[in-house]
Amino acid sequence: MLLCAFGVHNIYAQDTYKGKVLDTYNSSIEKANITVNDSVVATTDKFGMFEVTLNEPSAVYIYAEGYEVLEVELTDKDRFYTFQIQPEASLNELVVNVNKKNTERNKGITNSQTMNSGELLKAACCNLAESFETNPSIDVNFSDAISGSKQIKMLGLTSPYILIAEENIPSVRGASQAYGLSFTPGTWVESIQVTKGAGSVVNGFESISGQINTELIKPGNDIPFFLNLYGSTDSRFELNAHFNEKISDKWSTSLFVHGNTRVKKNDMNHDGFLDNPLGSQVNVMNRWQYQNLEKGWIAFITARYMKDEKQTGEIDFDKDQHKLTTLKWGSELNTDKFDASTKVGYVFPDQPYKSFGWQNSFSYHKQNSYFGLNQFDITQRSIYSNFLYSSIISNTLHKFSTGASFMHDDYSEFIANYGNKNFDRTDTSYGAFFEYTYDNTDNLALILGGRIDNSNRLGTFVTPRMHVRYNPWEKTTLRASAGRGKRLANIFAENQYLFASNRQFNILNEGGKAYGMDPEIAWNYGLSVTQDFTFLGKNASLTLDFYRTDFQNQIVVDLDQSARSVNFYNLDGKSFANSFQAELSYNIIKHLNLRTAYKYYDIETTYSNKTLERPLQAKHRVFANLEYTTHENNGSYWKFDATWNWLGAQRLPYTGDNSIENQLASYTNPFSTINAQVTKVFSDNFEVYVGGENIGNYQQHRVILGADNPFGNEFDSTIIYGPIFGQMYYAGLRFKIK
Amino acid sequence: MKKYLVLMMAVLGVAFTSTAQEKKSKNAKVDVEVKGNCDMCKKRIEKAAFGVKGVKSAEWHADDQMLHLIIDENNTSSKKVQESVAKAGHDTKEVKATTDNYDNLHGCCKYERES
Repeated sequence: MLLCAFGVHNIYAQDTYKGKVLDTYNSSIEKANITVNDSVVATTDKFGMFEVTLNEPSAVYIYAEGYEVLEVELTDKDRFYTFQIQPEASLNELVVNVNKKNTERNKGITNSQTMNSGELLKAACCNLAESFETNPSIDVNFSDAISGSKQIKMLGLTSPYILIAEENIPSVRGASQAYGLSFTPGTWVESIQVTKGAGSVVNGFESISGQINTELIKPGNDIPFFLNLYGSTDSRFELNAHFNEKISDKWSTSLFVHGNTRVKKNDMNHDGFLDNPLGSQVNVMNRWQYQNLEKGWIAFITARYMKDEKQTGEIDFDKDQHKLTTLKWGSELNTDKFDASTKVGYVFPDQPYKSFGWQNSFSYHKQNSYFGLNQFDITQRSIYSNFLYSSIISNTLHKFSTGASFMHDDYSEFIANYGNKNFDRTDTSYGAFFEYTYDNTDNLALILGGRIDNSNRLGTFVTPRMHVRYNPWEKTTLRASAGRGKRLANIFAENQYLFASNRQFNILNEGGKAYGMDPEIAWNYGLSVTQDFTFLGKNASLTLDFYRTDFQNQIVVDLDQSARSVNFYNLDGKSFANSFQAELSYNIIKHLNLRTAYKYYDIETTYSNKTLERPLQAKHRVFANLEYTTHENNGSYWKFDATWNWLGAQRLPYTGDNSIENQLASYTNPFSTINAQVTKVFSDNFEVYVGGENIGNYQQHRVILGADNPFGNEFDSTIIYGPIFGQMYYAGLRFKIK
Repeated sequence: MKKYLVLMMAVLGVAFTSTAQEKKSKNAKVDVEVKGNCDMCKKRIEKAAFGVKGVKSAEWHADDQMLHLIIDENNTSSKKVQESVAKAGHDTKEVKATTDNYDNLHGCCKYERES
């Protein structure tokens, strides 16, 4: 027989006390610990129920993460006790998914994690790209000196292979692929779901290594006013202000305003070039929410506008005098973005398992830029529409979702470095999907999904995806997934950082539909096992993941034939990415949590008949995050957070045809970085934080090759494997009116 | 007296026909009290409920000791679900489990029975 949820029963003549633990909304609290004399004697199950066997009636403490400790006496063995515990004051209102853990491994069928706003506050700053620094499933690269923005990788693959969506509408794609994550301020975000491996078919066919979905703060749950100010020693300043108004019991609206700027020129490594760009961003969003729970309707209308400007290059570059000349090397990157979207959802009031949803969005993205003499302009207009209907087959053990989607992208693109050519194009695709979910409510659940799409450049094709979750024993979860993804590579937009070099761009294929090349197609397979256990009376969880991505076709970005060129071509040979991750999270003592991971990446591609490791990718990585919260006293407490990252050697691209002083070793040295933050919460309304990034002050030794002759053959500022700026310290405040 | 009898029969007749004509709901929401304790009980109770044809949704909560059902009244009834749940060992409002079935429950599911 399976173990009971409460653990093994004691056979001695002791008394057993039963009860349940609820929050202030009478929802049951899972994993609340019942302790006697500092040892955990019971933990509540997912219905908040506990059973404790004691030698004699005694006082016990009830504690769940995110809640106040409650001291109670258990004296009456015949009584069924009900205890209500209070949320820790500062966490209750803003965080909508009652804050138990900042990052929670989902109980669902896919290998997913949800990062809530508590986790997002741990990162130094300030936009989506930077918010993954405390998450081991996603690797954040070091920002390059041109854009100053950080790129992310999942399973060792760069962001074009990840489907990045905002409220389930694909958002970071096409023209915004490279810098799109820096266009969403972190304070706007309510939570982020990170799914490893093949994702759901509902959001499209493009995802290969994983899916990231960001949920923004909903006007219905928002607080009346929020203000965040931030400043750092690399002279970046940010302002976030949120305003919310509940207009009626059905309508509410939020206005989010974000501005950031960097005004001072930084050159910590004295190479004559800025370490991070000067720039500014204005980002404004207005959302409206309609909600009628009795009738089952919910709707959102969202509009936003963003303007982002960056300038970098040589320290005395003056854009008015030196733009597109060889007097000084400089770069400007200016982006305008406008988005509008609507979402309507309906749940049948008498059948809560039956619903439909319809999303529509329009986006306009215009980037004008130059990198030295390399001019690059891209404009994208997109329309996206997705209709989803969910219901059951005979009962809720068998659910399905089905629907149809439409996507239209209109690009105009100009590349000076490729024969002053225009690559204007239009992509239109429409498709239908069906996803079946079986859950026996006990130990087995699976999702089988498929979609069929037709696109003017991809043809008609099928995308199958599959996920299974199986619990062989109480605390063990096995997951498996497999799926196919297909996409068109936007080679220039995705690799535009390479324009900041004097590499010649070459496309070696002809006749294909994407810049003469073929679509990228890959299969992804994954296996994962999670074991929950208690060690020395505290909860711990160990997860082992293995994923493999197999490319049938890939657009190979080849930097290894010559330091003077970058070649793009269809894969001829093999390309795969194997990734293994072991992740341990452990609640060391009350309020002190450790999350640590070891990651192994084996990513290889055939580059012109030679199979090599993917450049700028560490084979071994170690991650550790420690968070500590002091006990709350009248709404006031401290939070401490530290993250340590160790990166093993990374292969560097070939530089052997440069003159000797501009040649690099074939591998980098391993190094590590430490980020840390301290937050003092004074009350529900006010908190202050200070922190440091790269506290060990590790700096990449050589950032720019040929810096003394930026218009010469050997100039290359794109080989970034470590921090450029060195250590950076920051401080900020958050003020809320609830 | 006879008059009253006729009247009564007429009223009853109306009442009968009206119930007979009342459309059976395909998505009737029914809450039934079911005894149980823990997560294991929940799985067993819901499994027993889903075993009955016509049960579309079944969710049992320990805190209110209620089985929340959505059933197709053309195919099943609250009573039928209760019979199935009782057979699995859990007392319901209208149908009690046999002593044998109760005794077969795992230790932690041995809820307190009302005598």
